[in-house]
Amino acid sequence: MLDFPRWKFWLVIVATVMGVIAAVPSMLPEATRNQLPGWWKNTHINLGLDLSGGSHLLLEADTADVRKQQIERMEETIRTEMRRASPKVEISDISTANGALSFMPRNPAQLDQAVDVARQQTNGIGIGGQRDWTVAVRDSTRIVMTPTEAGVNYEIDSALETARNVVAKRIDPEGTKEITVVRQGSDRILVQVPGLQDPEGLKRLLGKTAKLEFKLVDLNADPAEVAAGRAPAGSQILPLQAGGKIAVKRRLMVSGDELNDARQDFGQNGEAVVSIRFNNSGGRKFGRVTAENVSKPFAIILDNVVISAPNINEPILGGSAQISGTFTVESANELAISLRSGKLPVALKVIEESSVSAELGQDSIQKGVLAGILATLALVFYMIITYFRFGVYTTIALFVNALLVLGLMAIFNATLTLPGIAGFVLTIGAAVDANVLINERIREELRRGRQTMQAVEFGYKEASTAIFDANITNVISAIILFWFGSGPIKGFAVVLALGIATSVFTGVTFTRLLVSQYLQRNRPKTLTL
Amino acid sequence: MRPLKFVPDNTNIAFLSYRWWALCLSVLLLTGSIVLVAVNGLNWGIDFVGGQSIRVTFQKPVNMGELRTRLEGMEVGDVVIQQMTDPKVVSIRIPLDGEATNPIGKCMGQGVGKDGKSDDSNSIASKVRGELVRAYPGVDIGAVNSVSGKVGCELFSTGSIALALAMLGISLFIWFRFEWQFGVGALVTLFHDVVLTFGFFALTRLTFDLNVIAAILTIIGYSLNDTIVIYDRIRENLRKYRKMEIEPILNLSVNETLSRTVTTSMSLAITLAILLFVGPDTIFGFTASMLLGIVIGTFSSFYISAPVLIWLNVKPDSFLQSDTNKSGAERIGESFPHKK
Repeated sequence: MLDFPRWKFWLVIVATVMGVIAAVPSMLPEATRNQLPGWWKNTHINLGLDLSGGSHLLLEADTADVRKQQIERMEETIRTEMRRASPKVEISDISTANGALSFMPRNPAQLDQAVDVARQQTNGIGIGGQRDWTVAVRDSTRIVMTPTEAGVNYEIDSALETARNVVAKRIDPEGTKEITVVRQGSDRILVQVPGLQDPEGLKRLLGKTAKLEFKLVDLNADPAEVAAGRAPAGSQILPLQAGGKIAVKRRLMVSGDELNDARQDFGQNGEAVVSIRFNNSGGRKFGRVTAENVSKPFAIILDNVVISAPNINEPILGGSAQISGTFTVESANELAISLRSGKLPVALKVIEESSVSAELGQDSIQKGVLAGILATLALVFYMIITYFRFGVYTTIALFVNALLVLGLMAIFNATLTLPGIAGFVLTIGAAVDANVLINERIREELRRGRQTMQAVEFGYKEASTAIFDANITNVISAIILFWFGSGPIKGFAVVLALGIATSVFTGVTFTRLLVSQYLQRNRPKTLTL
Repeated sequence: MRPLKFVPDNTNIAFLSYRWWALCLSVLLLTGSIVLVAVNGLNWGIDFVGGQSIRVTFQKPVNMGELRTRLEGMEVGDVVIQQMTDPKVVSIRIPLDGEATNPIGKCMGQGVGKDGKSDDSNSIASKVRGELVRAYPGVDIGAVNSVSGKVGCELFSTGSIALALAMLGISLFIWFRFEWQFGVGALVTLFHDVVLTFGFFALTRLTFDLNVIAAILTIIGYSLNDTIVIYDRIRENLRKYRKMEIEPILNLSVNETLSRTVTTSMSLAITLAILLFVGPDTIFGFTASMLLGIVIGTFSSFYISAPVLIWLNVKPDSFLQSDTNKSGAERIGESFPHKK
């Protein structure tokens, strides 16, 4: 034990110095930190939202909606492709019930051809040769198309990916803020916006899918039938924003996908409106349909609610239009942002929300740091009056341990949360325990009449198994916490795990270095302990 | 000047002779805890039952009665209002289905499907927020949390799984490192500690939230720390004194590690007490339960972990098959402290 090899000596020193260097940027104020060289200033600890202040939203996608849309889209494709097929296949009795699409060719002789056409609409998924739809024939007359599990998962995955991009664009159109928008699990999106205190606006912004559609109003529909919710063939019944119901043609004039721009504006009477501009093809479509339907009304539909149904006074050829409804400036602006960022492919629901004000975060940091400093001072005092010189070594080890935890967190760019601070303070406690075990053991060996050198050597050797076993159990807790925990708890687990590693290092290896140096230099006859 | 020693050298306290009394105390405390949890219930945080929590800082200490009347007048459901150590700070909780909600029945039973409630509870937070800002100008909404019933159930079940897995994993590790009796001893100890912690939360009505799961896991870790240090010494002494009876060996081991146990527990207690009184009040429950955990953990490592070995009939030759004598032979002769 006394012949601490040279390489080991330097390894300990280098590890310690590196940890300390990595810890420095996190302790500097932001302005000072920014003057450091790049590699150094980027090595710092992030603050969790509970410390920095900000909003955290967990959004869940409506996967049932994705499945429904997938089937509806296939229905649309099948209708078109069967029409286009040569010879044309007439189909009837289309059903989208029970999570499958089924239909019958009018002419039973065309069954095989219809199956072929249907098969062509399916795609391979991945490398397993699996397809996204299965096509089957039932009762030798009916074709049933069912999405496979892989197909549905692919659909959900791509919907979520698009949704993630749309969400990021809506929150931060310029892409300059430090927001976090990440997928979590198969159907969730986590949004974190530092600094934002009132997430109500954010929730409104994300609560809308912003699916914009223009459709002609069905003027032939019987008002009594409409009120009863029964739509004529080729039409659908939609609610009006102002109240009541209206029948509109199913066929789309043009959709919000073909927009170039949308912004909040003011109408003729000074009311808030949203001005939109179509792209080239959208503008052409809009121009053509309006030219064909002058003096008829059309419906502007947002998320399946008819916002307004104005009359077409003249063909609208410039490719621009205004949406007016019962907007406030704020809600018109939110709609404009939503339209610009594109529609969400799936409805999102806020299932978890937390926001913390910057003041509260600051307050938590201050109190946490104060508690940390006081606890350390108290421990230092306690250790020194209990173990004298060895207590001083323990103290040095404690400080190095604290710096190493911070340094490692900085290297991993880990996030410090409020429970993380608690974990940090606890780590100090754990580091003390390792040294207490060793020092008590040395005392014991001295009492048994061993010489100083031997007592120290035995103290370290015998205490190490207990230290090892005890810390493994903490590692087990930390791993399980990290696995299952969410947000703040994860932060606690990270600090705990890093702290265990560093406290074993400083408590056992680092103090041994100090002690062996002392024993070698001074060769004391007795130890006061 | 001499070093500070709370525990004199070479203590010889027959801890284990009191094991039946300690067992009675444990059984009493365990029963009390279970009854408390069953009758009183836990004060579940919205993390687990779903709902809203709002933390508000007023300009000046607020009249709680008036605040309560005002919020109850809004008919938003059962409102739990709690004043923090700083009288200007108030925590308002609005659980999804009222305070009595118990995630065990709710998550395992039928309730998960009716998630529609979370939506109107979402707007409840906005309503309460608006009302507070209107009625108390200058009020600072420090934090808003809202968890849907579904997420609440998920957090509850992952929390329970984490707890069970940790207990099992640690016990398996100890079985692996020691003998099966030690593994059982550790499991019983953990169970004891966890049940008492639940009892503590039922008694104090402190909010039982996600942070508390972390606290319990940490308590488990530290209680085990004590247990392992003692077990480690028991193993060493079992190898050393083959001829000794098990009870004196346990007593000897507890006495030999007593100074360490006291010093470590004291330093942890100091750290936690400072965190409790100086640290942020948002982790008060967390720290309080940890502090209690130190006490329970020390007690249980003396009076649960060690006696279990007697009851499970551990003998000095338990370690003989697996280990040949290593450390014992090097020992210097010493006066044997437990000669009768």
